[in-house]
Amino acid sequence: MKNFTGKALSWRIAGGTVELMLDRAPCNEIGSATLAELEQFVDALAAAGEDARALIISSARSEGFCAGADLRELFERSQAMAQRERLAGVRDFLERIHRVMNAIDSAPLTTIAAVHGVIFGGGFELALTCDMIIADKMARFAFPELRLGLIPGFGGIPRLKRDIGNAVVRDLLLTGRSINAAKAQSAGLVSQVAAEGDALRVARATAAQINKFDSKTTAAAKRFIKSVPHDELKREIEIFCDLFLQPAVEAGLRKFVESTDALPYLP
Amino acid sequence: MSTLEKTTDEILQLAAAHFKVPRENLRADDDFFKTLGINSLQALDLLTRIEQHFHIELPDYELQGVSDFRTLAERIQSRL
Repeated sequence: MKNFTGKALSWRIAGGTVELMLDRAPCNEIGSATLAELEQFVDALAAAGEDARALIISSARSEGFCAGADLRELFERSQAMAQRERLAGVRDFLERIHRVMNAIDSAPLTTIAAVHGVIFGGGFELALTCDMIIADKMARFAFPELRLGLIPGFGGIPRLKRDIGNAVVRDLLLTGRSINAAKAQSAGLVSQVAAEGDALRVARATAAQINKFDSKTTAAAKRFIKSVPHDELKREIEIFCDLFLQPAVEAGLRKFVESTDALPYLP
Repeated sequence: MSTLEKTTDEILQLAAAHFKVPRENLRADDDFFKTLGINSLQALDLLTRIEQHFHIELPDYELQGVSDFRTLAERIQSRL
């Protein structure tokens, strides 16, 4: 696996650990550029075989891990398209991002999201593909999609349902509120909480421990304890597409894009 | 000092220390966005520090429309 530096992310491999670093201003919003490089990444990861035994996904942006989908790009592209074309474009994007997320989720190596700051929407969904989330104590997690008239579309609901109990799933999804790292750990979302600025260091120490084990045994254990909820993931795409053409969505996106609100990130 | 005044004072101290603003420049009725010069991400950061300091959960929707320290203190009081 060769090291790579792109426009939205980079990766490098050393000592069996692959480090994927998101780095796109302002806060790693996932649009077409990030998606294309994530697709390159999962192809490279699949080809790496046993050279790669652990994966750490983190962010170089001080604002946080990832603020979610690139809503500005989504809005601007949608405005330039007819309704049918708009829906086809969204479906294509969702199917592509689902392939990426499913590939990371089911990768045979052990995967760690080392997160800090904002982990919202699509960023939260990316973190949920990982086997473990190691969170900076200042991290905040949220699914604010309902305020746009949508549900999370990158696989968030099936993975959240897979990983934690209904009380928190419903609270997060139906209120859109954010929760801190301590709450996320008590809910079973976060494996370890790190001191401020230390999530990546803790993730590297964890990856070093993982690298001590036989990779075939680790892969077998992972297959046994973690399944990808494919049927629900497909259903999520259908529900998202059904909702996408509702007038509330265009209004919600426009409101976000044009917002001068002091709290645009809050539901 | 009443409980609300004590909570307000603790918030002002917390905000002054974290955002490096002299404590004496902060008043209970100040708009914290303007006085501290913070954006929405920094407001979330302040919320996390408040939750940690007071050992509470404060849903961010309860902060909609709240921009002064005294009202913020009232919201915190309702969770203590």
